[in-house]
Amino acid sequence: MTQTVLTVDDSRTMRDMLRVTLEESGYRVIQAADGLLGLEALKGERPDVIVTDINMPNLDGFGFIEAVRKDGRLAGVPILVLTTESDAALKNRARAAGATGWITKPFEQTRLVDVVRRVAA
Amino acid sequence: MSSDALAQLRQTFFEECDEQLAELETGLLQMQDGATDSETVNAVFRAVHSVKGGAGAFKLTTLVSFAHVFETALDEIRSDRLEAGPALMKAMLRASDVLADLVSAARNGDDVDEALWRGLADEIAGFCGKEKAAPVSAAAPAGFTPEPLAFTPQPLAFTPQPMAFTPQPMALPSLTPAPAAEDAQAGGGLRILFRPRIELYEKANDAVVLLRELERLGAMRVTCDLSEVPPLDALDPHGACLGFDIRLVTDRDEQAVREVFEFCEEDCDLVIRREAAPAAEAAAAPDPAAILNALRPAPKDAPADPSAAAPAADPPAADKTAAKPADPARAAEEAAAQRAAATAAPATIRVDLDRVDRLINLVGELVINQAMLAQAVQGADGARDPAVSGGLDELDQLTREIQESVMAIRAQPLKPLFQRMSRIVREVADATGKKVRLVTEGEWTEVDKTVVERLADPLTHMIRNAIDHGLESPADRLAAGKPEEGVVRLSAAHRSGRVVIQISDDGAGVNRDKVRAIAIGKGLVAADAQLTESEIDNLIFLPGFSTTEKISAISGRGVGMDVVKRSIHALSGRIFLKSKRGHGSEFTLSLPLTLAVLDGMVVTVDGQTLVAPLSAIVETMSLDAGRLRAFGASNAVIADRDGFVPIIDTAAELGFRPHRRVVGGDKGVALLVESEGGGRSALVVDAIQDQRQVVIKSLETNYGRVPGVAAATILGDGRVALILDVDALVARARGAASEPLLAAAG
Repeated sequence: MTQTVLTVDDSRTMRDMLRVTLEESGYRVIQAADGLLGLEALKGERPDVIVTDINMPNLDGFGFIEAVRKDGRLAGVPILVLTTESDAALKNRARAAGATGWITKPFEQTRLVDVVRRVAA
Repeated sequence: MSSDALAQLRQTFFEECDEQLAELETGLLQMQDGATDSETVNAVFRAVHSVKGGAGAFKLTTLVSFAHVFETALDEIRSDRLEAGPALMKAMLRASDVLADLVSAARNGDDVDEALWRGLADEIAGFCGKEKAAPVSAAAPAGFTPEPLAFTPQPLAFTPQPMAFTPQPMALPSLTPAPAAEDAQAGGGLRILFRPRIELYEKANDAVVLLRELERLGAMRVTCDLSEVPPLDALDPHGACLGFDIRLVTDRDEQAVREVFEFCEEDCDLVIRREAAPAAEAAAAPDPAAILNALRPAPKDAPADPSAAAPAADPPAADKTAAKPADPARAAEEAAAQRAAATAAPATIRVDLDRVDRLINLVGELVINQAMLAQAVQGADGARDPAVSGGLDELDQLTREIQESVMAIRAQPLKPLFQRMSRIVREVADATGKKVRLVTEGEWTEVDKTVVERLADPLTHMIRNAIDHGLESPADRLAAGKPEEGVVRLSAAHRSGRVVIQISDDGAGVNRDKVRAIAIGKGLVAADAQLTESEIDNLIFLPGFSTTEKISAISGRGVGMDVVKRSIHALSGRIFLKSKRGHGSEFTLSLPLTLAVLDGMVVTVDGQTLVAPLSAIVETMSLDAGRLRAFGASNAVIADRDGFVPIIDTAAELGFRPHRRVVGGDKGVALLVESEGGGRSALVVDAIQDQRQVVIKSLETNYGRVPGVAAATILGDGRVALILDVDALVARARGAASEPLLAAAG
């Protein structure tokens, strides 16, 4: 069955890159440009995996993850965080907020797809 | 990814870079003006962060390196570890300029001299108290560097709990597709003891998924330890009760196994060991239950809710979907949604410019066609059928609305252009050692995209001039009793169907003696010419005026104000200079909002049909004898409310017939026009035919430049009519300012 991935990123370049990469690997992709829009997108959806950026306007990645984890319906959805640096502090904060795993930017396409597959139930 | 998709992504990236760079500059300028709110600083950070992220994806290492230093400093500022003082902000603004340069170099595939950015990168890194920026290769973010994976088994000594279940080996059927032990080769066995903690499930990792991943590495046998599962009435369905003892036969190393647990190493107890000899394992291996016992987590302090008890066999993760009513969460969600609605950006789509231009062309044709239709109906029998006439009026109205809507698509605020100017100001200020503040007004004024684009060069030149030639050195300013810092003001506003842009400085003003001397020295004006102050000021627009006296690196070589004037004229615009000695100068540009249509008055001049732009016409007057006065040898003036206005015989000016004095009783109408300098003149034409919107067709591209004529149009009957360039006509007729001088000099 086709799995769905929600990507949340304020950069259009990154959104397009995620979409193209994931769609080429057979995922259905829905997208949002910041945390608030991400929560909005989740109202009618329960994706198999969420990929989110951290630095975003309106609601950043940490806040977005916390909100998803608080929602009983969505709490079990794996969330991968996109980070530019392999900064341990950032990862720890993301983990504390409830992130399932992380992808370091710039990502290689195969690596992205592999990590998404790894966490998807 | 196909190369097409990649090229598309690349284009998106550079488009986005432009937006981010504009955001960046706006934010930095706000910070420079004292904005310290986190939203501004965050927006600035995100802009650089996005550029860096995209640059990394396209392996633009120089861009990444520089953005990284920039971003690091911004991160320091936003976490209050670094104060955004004037010196730092100045460096930051320069950094935004350099970043823009690096982006455009990357876009064009140009090589970048490291000197361009290295010094500034080091300077900024210096603010952060860091060492010098690392070399390119090292500064680029590493791909996936595995973190140090030292696993320290936790000392776990606690009192054993009473066990409700006896440990029993359990083969999970779905996880053991092959009998692992049989095909185990020598040295291929790994023993993995894995006990998830509650946090692992809370982060949506799942033991089942992890086991599935392990299974990809090789043949696997799993034994589940149920010893921690409490009695049914004490079971917490969300708790972590299971442990797994896994034997994996794989040709991959331990690292590959660790990688499976990459995201949850801290949320589980994990021991990975190489089994010496698979055959001996049963005897040599310690009792799995004993090991798992040692790994057993501390007792949970939260008492389990008996009412929530579920069958013990259910893996904890299976219950994650059970919705828990959580009012605070819902409230937060609603609040978030409300905020989203409040801050939501207007929906936009991106459209190829060619499509818009095609639409504009079509609408232009529609306007012409509508005019032709109106004329044809009129021509049939003089009087119109009321229904037809009403329908035509409606069509006219609709056509106009469509046209305005289409034009609005092309309209763009001047803001990006003004922003570019703030960079020019910084550069020129640095190069000249002058202190300058740029004040902008009306940057949201919208103008046709083409106009915005083609204004960049002339505006740049004028800004450079204003600082280089207009403003005095700080010492001179202080001596003159002025503040050390000069002000360059850039403003835009819509005024009677045109956009007016003004560039002013509070410098020394035009040195008229010097300008006059230069003009005379170059033979541009006669030594004894009687010139008004305004006329002297405007001498600087003459070709050949500013080419030799002083060539500075800033104001450019050989590009004089004549080139600026020509560019503005090419946009059907006017430029005019006002200056006050000691107080500064002010350039005024008046430009059409669009280059596509014009509201015009259709007039007859010596049998020819011409169009006068409505925007220039103040009113129309009849040629009553009582209003006319002879003036000079062959000229005349006409009285209007405020006094006398010179009369210009349009036909004569255009060379249709020889000049003669206009006298009372002559057939004709005077169009009272206001020209750029604010002066009024009366253009005499034979008759007014109509007032209508006309589609502008360039005469220069289709034929050639004709003095006194701005462009041409196609009328309803299919004939070509010339559109008058009122200002040029007036200037010519008055024998003032540049045009006649140009003729004399040329």
